[in-house]
Amino acid sequence: MTKKYFDKDIIVDIKSVVKKYGDVRAVNGINTSIREGEFFSLLGPSGCGKTTLLRLISGFEHPDEGTVMIAGQDMTDVEPNFRPTNMVFQSYAIFPHLNVGENVGYGLKKQNLSDAELLKRVNVMLDLVDLKDYNNRPAYALSGGQRQRVALARALIMEPKVLLLDEPLSALDKQLRELMQVELRRLQRAVGITFVLVTHDQEEALTMSDRIAVMFDGNIAQLATPEELYKRPLNMRVGAFIGIMNFLEGRLEAISAKSLTVDVKGLGRVNIKPEQMPTPLAKGGVKIGIRPEMLTLLLDKNDTAEFEFNTTVLTASYYGDMTYYHVAMDGVENGLMVSMRNTAGRLVLKTGDKARIGWGAESLLVLK
Amino acid sequence: MKPPRILVSFVVVYLVFLYAPVLLLPLFAFNDSPIIAFPLKAISPRWFIGLLNEKTLIVALKNSLIIALSSAVLSTVFGVLAARAAARYQFPAKTPIMGFLMLPLVLPEIIIGVSLLIVLIQLGFNLNIWTVILGHVLICTPFSIAILISAFNNMDTSLEEASLDLGVAKVETFRRVILPLVMPGLISSLLIAFTLSLDEFIIAFFLTGTEPTLPVYIWSQMRFPSKLPGVMALGLIMLILSLILLTVSEYFRNKQNKLIGDTARSNED
Repeated sequence: MTKKYFDKDIIVDIKSVVKKYGDVRAVNGINTSIREGEFFSLLGPSGCGKTTLLRLISGFEHPDEGTVMIAGQDMTDVEPNFRPTNMVFQSYAIFPHLNVGENVGYGLKKQNLSDAELLKRVNVMLDLVDLKDYNNRPAYALSGGQRQRVALARALIMEPKVLLLDEPLSALDKQLRELMQVELRRLQRAVGITFVLVTHDQEEALTMSDRIAVMFDGNIAQLATPEELYKRPLNMRVGAFIGIMNFLEGRLEAISAKSLTVDVKGLGRVNIKPEQMPTPLAKGGVKIGIRPEMLTLLLDKNDTAEFEFNTTVLTASYYGDMTYYHVAMDGVENGLMVSMRNTAGRLVLKTGDKARIGWGAESLLVLK
Repeated sequence: MKPPRILVSFVVVYLVFLYAPVLLLPLFAFNDSPIIAFPLKAISPRWFIGLLNEKTLIVALKNSLIIALSSAVLSTVFGVLAARAAARYQFPAKTPIMGFLMLPLVLPEIIIGVSLLIVLIQLGFNLNIWTVILGHVLICTPFSIAILISAFNNMDTSLEEASLDLGVAKVETFRRVILPLVMPGLISSLLIAFTLSLDEFIIAFFLTGTEPTLPVYIWSQMRFPSKLPGVMALGLIMLILSLILLTVSEYFRNKQNKLIGDTARSNED
């Protein structure tokens, strides 16, 4: 029996899992559940334990404490070749002595299928990953993107309950990476298999995942949908890791059921809604987070905002579609990052230009 | 950029010094005279034909082939085990253990020969082909390890993991993934060990009983001046055979580096 979790079945259940390497606790007592059919990402900086957690699910590592359940069965001490999981390796691990078809059909060989049946199933998979007619290509003749598709086909042909992807896009160039992000999502929808992706690239995680677990130091700091994660990070560290966030010093002065009162250094005292504090905090010193796109440079003299301040542009970074400004403001120590879309006719400022900056109280987050 | 003239001259002198004596071998092997001296007489294959009638030579050749083949297989098997262990596993005293395994590479063969002889005699073994094989495995294994260790070391661990992940057990993975990938190294190791054993004299001299190997036979023939041209002919055959084996072995060693190197590179880009 699989345990019910909301309305979805749990496919991977990780309970109090600890993995130590010497004195380092690479995975430090993680509890989490992955739902059947979802695209789940483990996101974090290098050394946060995300790859170790993936290898605990695949069976290449065994936990020192805790249990790993897959599809309702205790898999804690089961070897990888007996698990209903398959992995796409960071290096793709294409067998160099076999051609594409032999690589894809590698895991099926034990099932004693007829040659015709094997070929049929390999071709279905190659079709799925857009490598039709690549059956007889030698492995060395493949490009990076093609290798990845072969690795995907080779894993998916096993019809795993969970497909594990270890930084599968990190070796590709930017354009191919963006293409494969869309492709992976499409593939996941098409096959309906649970995907667990390990990545250090927040953009990759945001665009592909149903849910993301942000990991730091062997712990899950926050598990949420991409939107929730971006809009309501639970703390400063998550906020800074997902996208860009300005942090200002502040004081939480009053807490009531309907509103919070914060005194933001440089911006003054404002009342905000309780949900702008994702993690309940006590009165006193807090950090105030605000995203660059929540701030506006009031370039036209008729532009107005809820609150306005005078600033000076320190640097302007032009990205084509966007311009990122670093502006100096009285009372704000490190200045603020402001992003502006370069809409038609909108002025692009230069270093030293003066401008008014506008913001609204609803764009603040109270964080620790 | 051209190298300085003095260095070029040095290389030329070096190569002449190294190979001029070897060039004498075919000269006298085909010389129609029992005396090894200039001037040469007519060209003749008589010394080669004469070899075929030497009964003891044929026996020695057979012994040498058995010994070389056995040594090659055994040292390659040991080489695979040691190289695999060194490449994949961490164990206590790994560095000294590997060091001692490689030591026969630099140990004087006469020391190995004498010590083995004393030990074997003390233990009451009779000297025969098998004692020579024992000695040869000892000196060939380090070469096999040296050749195979790079093959095992350079192999991407994730290839093994991928096989395991696809439901293929460890022993089967060894057969279907690891073995094919180190095969060129394996062949190279077999050929080099074979060549080493075939040419080896000192250890064979100490450990052979009444069954001489080819080099020991050649040594014994040196006492008879009349046999010298025949030895020259035999030496030439062995030289050519060794060169062929080494060339083939180098071919496979390069192929190994290319196979594994390509994997490592292309799986990363």
